[in-house]
Amino acid sequence: MNANECTSETLGDYVLVRLRGEVDLSWSQQVRRAILDALADTGKVGVELSEVSYIDSSGIAALVEGFQNARSRNRKFGLVAVSAAVMAVLQLARLDRVFPIFADLDAARSA
Amino acid sequence: MNASASLIEVSQLEAWYGRRRILKGVDFNVRAGEIRVIMGGSGSGKSTLLRHLLGLHRPRGGSIKLLGVDIGRASEAQMLGIRRQIGVSFQGGALLTSLSVGDNVALPLRELTSLDENTIRIMSRLKLEVVNLGGFQELMPAQLSGGMIKRAALARAIVMDPKLLFFDEPSAGLDPVVSAELDELILRLRDALRMTIVVVTHELESAFKIADTITVLDQGEILMTDTVDKVRHADNERIQDLLNRRPRETPVDADAYLRRLTEEHAAPV
Repeated sequence: MNANECTSETLGDYVLVRLRGEVDLSWSQQVRRAILDALADTGKVGVELSEVSYIDSSGIAALVEGFQNARSRNRKFGLVAVSAAVMAVLQLARLDRVFPIFADLDAARSA
Repeated sequence: MNASASLIEVSQLEAWYGRRRILKGVDFNVRAGEIRVIMGGSGSGKSTLLRHLLGLHRPRGGSIKLLGVDIGRASEAQMLGIRRQIGVSFQGGALLTSLSVGDNVALPLRELTSLDENTIRIMSRLKLEVVNLGGFQELMPAQLSGGMIKRAALARAIVMDPKLLFFDEPSAGLDPVVSAELDELILRLRDALRMTIVVVTHELESAFKIADTITVLDQGEILMTDTVDKVRHADNERIQDLLNRRPRETPVDADAYLRRLTEEHAAPV
């Protein structure tokens, strides 16, 4: 099992929030804070999810709140390299048709 | 907990209502990630088994372990810990009639977590989307159809992303399309959210579609627990009666019959 981790990396005008492990109720509020902080700092934010093996609804809620926050302030927000486990949860609620989803960081940054 | 660990371990469970023996030494185990259907006719004991699994009745004999905890001996704190990890969708919905649909679904999050209200709102509305009730959060339960009540109850049952979901009679009273949609949803919940699911039903079609394994209960005893295919082809007359909807021939004991009609107090069964 991967260790749970949330890190933010600034790449020019883009902030990438990388999540790793199992995102659940026990620490999803930390993820929420990291996403909202990134959106406070810059106009373009991506959340990288390739190493996320499980995400519950509280984790999805953090992504939804980030996206809504970005839209209300005319900022860009997207999900990057979404793992199969995360995609299954997004599809369950049809959120795969709501979020901008990018295959990799290059595609996300150039969008 | 590894993938094959048992989330439910029931051993030699005995249940009585008054002097009537309802469950007779039931053994019942469900592994993580499994969809188990409990099937049986009316009076087979399936609802009684479910009520014991939920901790609503204390076993007269035997033991029940949920998520590794013996619920007959658990402290209040342990039971609260268990209840945070299980979801229940009752047959009649059991929605609180004075609360809107949205508040019903959000209730477990408000009672059992200290999450931010934005997160609670999104999580509960997300689950309404999952059950195809997106945008219905302002309605009151009295304004919903039977199928919508069932779906709202399911949304509330899964709002905390439970490890273990109990679903009592998902198809009862629903039209075939809504019923098929619910079956599909049960499968997707297991796959996407890794839930272990126990469904009580007497609907054969639904049972065969969703179950990994089926437990057949009859008159308080487990006749068989096995895969769908093995249950369908079981060489057991009582199982085949149930599958083929044949009425049972019950032998009549004249003495017992007369006693039942004439005795002042009923004798134990």
